[in-house]
Parts: sequence; structure tokens; C-alpha cells
Amino acid sequence: MTTPTRRALLRGSALGSIAMAAALVGCSKKEEAAPVTAATAPAAEAAAAPASSASAPLKIAFAYLGPVGDGGWTFAHDNGRKALEKELGAQVQTSFVESVPESADAERVFRDMVAQGNTLIFGTSFGYMEPMLKVAADNKSVHFEHATGYKTADNMRVYDNRTYEGAYMAGVVAGGMTKSNIIGVVGSIPIPEVIRNIDSYTLGAQSVNPKIKVKVVWVNEWFNPPKETEGAQSLIDGGADVLLQNTDSSAVLQTAEKNGKYAFGWDSDMTAYGPKAHLASAVNIWGPYYIKAAKDVLNGTWTTGHTWWGVKEGAIDLVSISDKVPADLKAKVDKVKAGLKDGTFSIWKGPISDNAGKEVLKKDVVADDAYLGGIKFFVKGVEGQVPGAK
Amino acid sequence: METYALLLAATLNAGTVLAIAGLGLLINERSGIVNLGAEGMMLVAAIAGFATAVQTGSDWLAFGAGALAGALMAGAFGVLVIWLNTNQYATGLALSLFGSGFSAFVGIHYTQERLQSRPHFAVPYLSDIPFLGPALFRQHPMVYLTILFMAGLSWFLYRSRAGLVLRAVGESPESAHALGYPVRRIRLIAVMVGGALCGVAGAYISVVYTPLWVEGMVAGKGWIALALTTFATWRPSRVLLGAYLFGGVTMLQFHLQGEGVAISSQLLTMLPYLATVLVLVLISRNPVWIRANMPAALGKPFFPGG
Repeated sequence: MTTPTRRALLRGSALGSIAMAAALVGCSKKEEAAPVTAATAPAAEAAAAPASSASAPLKIAFAYLGPVGDGGWTFAHDNGRKALEKELGAQVQTSFVESVPESADAERVFRDMVAQGNTLIFGTSFGYMEPMLKVAADNKSVHFEHATGYKTADNMRVYDNRTYEGAYMAGVVAGGMTKSNIIGVVGSIPIPEVIRNIDSYTLGAQSVNPKIKVKVVWVNEWFNPPKETEGAQSLIDGGADVLLQNTDSSAVLQTAEKNGKYAFGWDSDMTAYGPKAHLASAVNIWGPYYIKAAKDVLNGTWTTGHTWWGVKEGAIDLVSISDKVPADLKAKVDKVKAGLKDGTFSIWKGPISDNAGKEVLKKDVVADDAYLGGIKFFVKGVEGQVPGAK
Repeated sequence: METYALLLAATLNAGTVLAIAGLGLLINERSGIVNLGAEGMMLVAAIAGFATAVQTGSDWLAFGAGALAGALMAGAFGVLVIWLNTNQYATGLALSLFGSGFSAFVGIHYTQERLQSRPHFAVPYLSDIPFLGPALFRQHPMVYLTILFMAGLSWFLYRSRAGLVLRAVGESPESAHALGYPVRRIRLIAVMVGGALCGVAGAYISVVYTPLWVEGMVAGKGWIALALTTFATWRPSRVLLGAYLFGGVTMLQFHLQGEGVAISSQLLTMLPYLATVLVLVLISRNPVWIRANMPAALGKPFFPGG
């Protein structure tokens, strides 16, 4: 009597597994079918999107480089995420992972995010580019957004802010506030973005004070507070009385505070870290872009590409300008801001020469984005050489 | 001229961090124990000190909290390597990694805190001397205490009976044991004192040197301090000079950069380690030098009666 039963059981389980296999095949087919439509016919997705957004919120995930409490780069991104949640409410559901290293671990984090059902994923650091590309290639129905990189795919695009516009406005303030006519920059890593910021800071300072000299030290890291402190201290010892940093901590501002000099906040509003030294903060405002990206997905209009926003789009601003800054200087900053907003003013407009005296931008020529992306020289007024430059 | 005075002042300040930790590790290593966990201990002490300074507003309580945190971590390390005879190098590395993770974990809520600005310290009268005043006499009291401590430690090691016992334990624990000295307890005390000093150095970083807390903020100073003890061939006075030298190299490279002199900062960053390897090669080639300098039982486990 036992044999038939067992046979029946076996038969049952065999049937079951066949059914399951069929179901799995069906599932995977469905998953494969979706990206084809997404990639080839965005219009079809657009038609389908309103139905899905009514039923379930769009799940969005953020990978952050540092802790959200870093008071700088990551803090600004998290504020952007909060702005997105506020704007779109129940239409979206966001989550984040902080302190994601720029290594193979990042890939694991992105795969996790996909597995959790996120269909819009933001990676907020340059070093996530390759891991993100890999994961994007395997998950065509998920939209990937990479900050500050340059590689794209059909379902991965790049966004960045024109931080140099903030640096220029800070420069205007620095040029007006310095007494020694020497201002300093603590640089992180000599890549075009940072060099462009130093140059723009210099151009801004020169626009109000042609005698300005800019000293630069490199710490060769994005984040190393003791080294940032040492660099800032050496600039102050060398006579600089207004400092800007293109690094990720508030150490430079605090060093200025300790020495009774001036400095700026960078990426986020850093007033609280050095109330006496703080002149203004050049901030990144990521909210508008995050809202746009989510709306693109919700409306089915998401396409790959590069986005580079600045003051005009409300992505860059100079905020919390100190009361120590005189009104006429504030007015100059406002004028620059207004000019950048309506497009009547360009920071990178010739004639501009490098600090070896060579003209790098001819009179009345306005630099395009390709030019800005490849800046490897210091403008006139900056002392020293770009490391590694011949 | 003023610039050089300020460069000297910044060098003293940068060197002090390394000197405190280096002197602590020297005591530690003189007893025959290598503790590679300096970086981790300094990080935990940095957050302990910073949190204390935020809550109480007192630098000295912060240094105390840092010392306590460092001593506790070193104590745990000591029990592991001295009684359970775990491998000193592996355990030290583990301590370092643990410290960086643990400090980040407990410090999450302190990254946005900030300390009240501190008054400037200046030695009365002396700080008004031209050049020497700004160069030497406007430092945090810890800078002067470190120099005094170095002198005290030299006296202790070479002139006092207790120092002789400590050195004996590091040179030949078997002989010290045979003479009836409690080798393990002496080693534990040395390790904990070393940890406490690393802790003071960590708290000095987060409270005075770079007054803020962020994850990983010690940024390699613990490793330089470890290299420093070897570079200084385990002599207190040389630890202090080496610390000023290493600190000076850092500050000098920033000054040169600021002056626009093209110099590779990466090259200068690796110099302390390169110099340490050089010293190691030199003393390893000469048996007399080894005997004169390196604690003979350094890094070796000790089994009493075994």
C-alpha cells in the first residue's frame, strides 16, 4: 500500500516542479519583455506609467559617499532627497544607504537596491561610475542616475552642478573682504572640476580687486580633516586671510575661526561650524534635479544624457552671507547671481590668460561646457603650478 | 621672517600629536609588546574626548576621557596577547580595524556638533619676544607638557629602578620572571599606559588640533606614530625630535605649495615610512646596534615557566 502512495507523491511533486518551472520561465520572460519596451519605445512606457503610479509609489534609492551627518557633500544630497519626498509625497518612496565605499561594495549595494524593487537609483559619488554601469547593464528596467561622472548607458545618465559658479560668487566676497590681498584655497585632488573652482574663485576675486593673489595647497584627498587643518594653517601663516576649500569637511572653516580669519562653507551651509569666520556658503541644492528626475520616470519621459545645472536652475547658490560683508559687496554678488540666472553674464568669458601669461580664452569668447570640462591650468593670479602639469 | 616663526609654531603643534602617541607606544614597546592598534585607539579616544568636550566644555576632562578610552582598549588588547598569547600583530591590526568601525558607530550623532572656540594660550612675557614669541610661546599647554613628559620618561627609563625593571621585562622576560617580577602584570600596565597616551593624542586631535569629529579623522597619524618609535630607535628624546621632524615635513610641504614651489606632496607623505624602513635596515645589519636599541623580546610571546 505504501508504494502507490509514494509514487503518487512523486508524481505530484514532479508535476509541481514542472508547474513552478513554467511559472518561473513566464516570470523571467515578463521581466525581460519590460526593458525592451522601455529602451525602444518610451512612448509606450509613458502610456503605461500613470496606471502604475496610481497603484504603487515610485521606489527611489540613494547611495551616499559619507554619513548624512557630514555637514557637507552628503548632507546636501540628503536635503535633496527630503525636498523630493516633500514635493511628490505619496507618489514616491525613498530610501538611502550611507557611507558606501567607492569599491566593489558599491556594486553589491546597487544590486540590493534593485532587488528591493527600486526603479530609480541615485549614486552620489564619482567612484560609483563603473559599479553602476555594471548593474545598469543587468537591469534595463531600472533608471540609474550618477552624480559627477561622464559615462552613460541607455538606462544610466549623469548629473552634476556648476559648483564653479558658487566658487566665483565666493571669490567676489573674498576679493572685497581681504586686507592682505592674499586669499587661499585648500584643494582636494587636482582634477579639472577642482582646478575650475580655484580659477573661478580667482576670477571672482579679481572682478572686485585686481591686486588679488591666490595661494593653493593640495591635500590630495577629499576628506582628511587633520591634513585640511594643516593646509589651512599654512595658508594663513603665509599671509592669506580669506580661505576657500574644495574638500569635504568643515576643518578649514574651523581653522580660520581659530586664527581669526575668514572662510566659506562649501557644499552645505556651514555657518554653525565657524560663526565668526564664516562669510558665506557656496551650496549645492540637489532637490530640483531629484524632483525632475522622479517626474521624468513617473511621466515616462526619462531619457539618458548629461545634466549640468547651476544658479540658473536653482542648483547652486551662495547663502547665509555674513553681516560682516558690506552692502555694496552683497549687491555685487546679487548682480552676478541675477546675471547667471537670466544668462546675461558668463564667468568664463575672454580675455582670460593662464598664470604663465598665455591667453587661453580670446576676447569675448564664451567657454562652452567641453572647454570647462577640460580646464587644466591656473588663471593669472593663482600662484604655483597645477600638480602634474608640464 | 614672521612666516618662518609661524611655520615653526605649526611644526611644534603637528609634532606634539605624534610625540604623545609615539612616547606612549615607546613605553608599550619597551615592555616587549607591539600594539599595532594605535590608529584604532586614537579614533575611539578622539570621539570619547570630543563628546566629553561637547558635554563639559573642558579640554582637560576631554583628555582624561580620551586617556581612559585608550587605556581600556589597550587593556583588552593586553589581556588577549599577554595572557591568551594571541599573535600581537594580528590582534593589533584587529584592534585598529575595530577602533575605526566602533568610533564611527558611536560618533554618528556627533558629526554635526561643534566646540566653543577656545581662548588662545600664550606664555606671559615670553610670547612678546620677536620671532621666538610667536614661534615657541603661543602654543597649547599640551605642547610644553609633552616636552616635560619626554624628559620625565627619559629619567624614568634610564635612572629609576622601575624603569630598569620595565626595560628588563622587554629585554628578557625570562630573567625578569626568574628574579620574581610579575612580567605579565608589568606588561599589561605598560600596554595600558601606552594606550592612555595614544588616547590623549587622539583627544588632542579632535579637541584642539582639528576641533571636530568625523569618521576616520585621525587619518593615519596612528601609523606614523608607530613608525616613529622604530625611527627613533626606542629613545624618548629621539621620539620627540622625530615627531617634530615628521610634523615639520608635513607643514613644510604645505608651505612650499602655498609659495608656489613645485614639489610632490605624495613623495613627502611617504618620507616618514621610508625613513623608518631605512632605520630598520640600518639597525638590523648591525648586531651591536640591535642590542643597544631594540627591546630584545619585542613582539615575542612569553610563557612563564614554559
